[in-house]
Amino acid sequence: MNWTKQFFYRLYREPMGFFGMILVALVIVSAVFAPFLTTHDHNALDIANRLAGPSAEHWMGTDQLGRDVFSRVVMGSRIAVWVALVTVSMSLGIGLVLGMMAGYGPKWLDAALLLLFDTLRSFPTIMFALALVTVFGPSLQTVIIVIVATTFPVYGRMVRTQTQALGNQEFIVAEEAMGAGMVRILGIHILPNIVGPLFIVASMDIPVVVTIEAGLSFLGVGVRPPTPSWGSILNDGYAYIRNTPWIIIFGGLPLIVTTLGFTFLGESLRDIFDPKLRRDL
Amino acid sequence: MLFYLLKRIGLAVVIVVVAVVLLYSMIHVVPGDPASVILGPRATPEMKQELHELMGLDRPFVVQVASFLGKVARGNLGMDFFSQRPVAQIVFKQLDETLVLVLASIGWAMLLGIPLGCYSAVFRNTFSDKLVGFFSIGVIAVPSFVVALYSLLLFAVTLKWLPAIGAGEPGQYMDQLQHLILPAFAIGLGWVGYIARLVRASMLEVLNENHIRRARAFGLPEHMIVFQYALKLAILPTVTLLGTGIGRLISSAVFAEIVFARPGIGKLIFDSVVSRNYPLVMGAVLVSTVLFVLSTTISDSVNAMLDPRVRERL
Repeated sequence: MNWTKQFFYRLYREPMGFFGMILVALVIVSAVFAPFLTTHDHNALDIANRLAGPSAEHWMGTDQLGRDVFSRVVMGSRIAVWVALVTVSMSLGIGLVLGMMAGYGPKWLDAALLLLFDTLRSFPTIMFALALVTVFGPSLQTVIIVIVATTFPVYGRMVRTQTQALGNQEFIVAEEAMGAGMVRILGIHILPNIVGPLFIVASMDIPVVVTIEAGLSFLGVGVRPPTPSWGSILNDGYAYIRNTPWIIIFGGLPLIVTTLGFTFLGESLRDIFDPKLRRDL
Repeated sequence: MLFYLLKRIGLAVVIVVVAVVLLYSMIHVVPGDPASVILGPRATPEMKQELHELMGLDRPFVVQVASFLGKVARGNLGMDFFSQRPVAQIVFKQLDETLVLVLASIGWAMLLGIPLGCYSAVFRNTFSDKLVGFFSIGVIAVPSFVVALYSLLLFAVTLKWLPAIGAGEPGQYMDQLQHLILPAFAIGLGWVGYIARLVRASMLEVLNENHIRRARAFGLPEHMIVFQYALKLAILPTVTLLGTGIGRLISSAVFAEIVFARPGIGKLIFDSVVSRNYPLVMGAVLVSTVLFVLSTTISDSVNAMLDPRVRERL
């Protein structure tokens, strides 16, 4: 059996991972093909039909401006997936570079970077976000900055520990003795050895990141209207919770699907590829 | 050990100082008059003038930060210009409410999570263990504010079993308790999963140890072995988790307080963000950061006391 076949076979054997993969596929398909899946223009106003319940015309009802909730939920998956991709890859990149610098560079740099990592990690994320928003104003960029600033230290610390462990191994010492430069050692010898587990941790970070984005948008300090985000749909629904529960129900559903999907998939990936990584959490 | 303690406390102080500097310098990153940035559009020219004098905004940046740090060290977090009251007083008044909520949440989560974890460990690899595992991962994954919204919708709006908003009349404990149930449920649910998984993992390790085998050989009943001998050791990682979990707890408390319109530090920060009242935001964020740093320092130190290997890592 070749590598991919074996991977899918093992995932299939693990019911939780299989279930997770289906949910993740659902989210990704809806994000990629969003314009073809929506039944209405997600921003089209229809005041006459505002706050209408679910019907054949509007599968998930309409919101306070008469916008079709189903179309907004589908389009919202684009923001969620996009923010997750951008922030996780940025955090991964910054964490890799700084972590390798800390792990391989001089002692003072290590100390300084560790302090940076520990400080950034010690802000409660949402509080930090709210402080930033007060100063810079709410926007998608602020959301991305907050998420990256609070997640890259985790990667940074991981990379640092692994780089240090590798740096003492014989093949690295041999390279150094032959006069290899820092860039060559880090890029060719250390990077390929540490990147695997990082991707698994990154995949488990996706639900966390999606939650932060939706949470900030729910508080009204994230993605700006009228762009649909699952968080802002929930925010719209919260104001009308007493009479029109469907906005909350259908706005929360995709969040549950996404977080469950990525978590189940991530857990199984970790068990399949790297059981050693199984931390207690 | 003393050396470790000194180092760890030193690190905590440095982290807090860096946090203060970061929060303070943020207002200078934005172009424009810092006074307008701090006070937002509602500020009158007199307020701006007052702020300029009070914070010494015309002095060099380093001097400003140093004097602000000095004030913070003495417990002075500045003035709220809109209500003319000290920020520290406003923040600490709200802190109690949040702490009650956080403690209630973590309390019920432990009451349910620890037995679940023990059960899973004793009956490992059975169907019910897998079910508990599935449930644990599920509740960890789902965002707490979605749980809050759904439970508000189900128990307060639709079934009308519990009150929807507020914290209850002061002095009436039954009323306050009823108002506490839903927010504490929303925050604690994910922690039930966390604690159950952690207790299960450490319980499995402990159950393999020699002194447990000895207790078995003596013929002690299984429930006595689990709860009287093994749990004492298996509970330790959970205590550590709680120390580092305070930050996440406070973050989810922000959502619970806003969804259920409860007074508290999260609601305070949110309201100040909406009205663009930076001194209040900064004060509240600082207090919660200090709380978080304090709890991680304590849990790290307790860990180092119990496990000498941790001491060498810092």
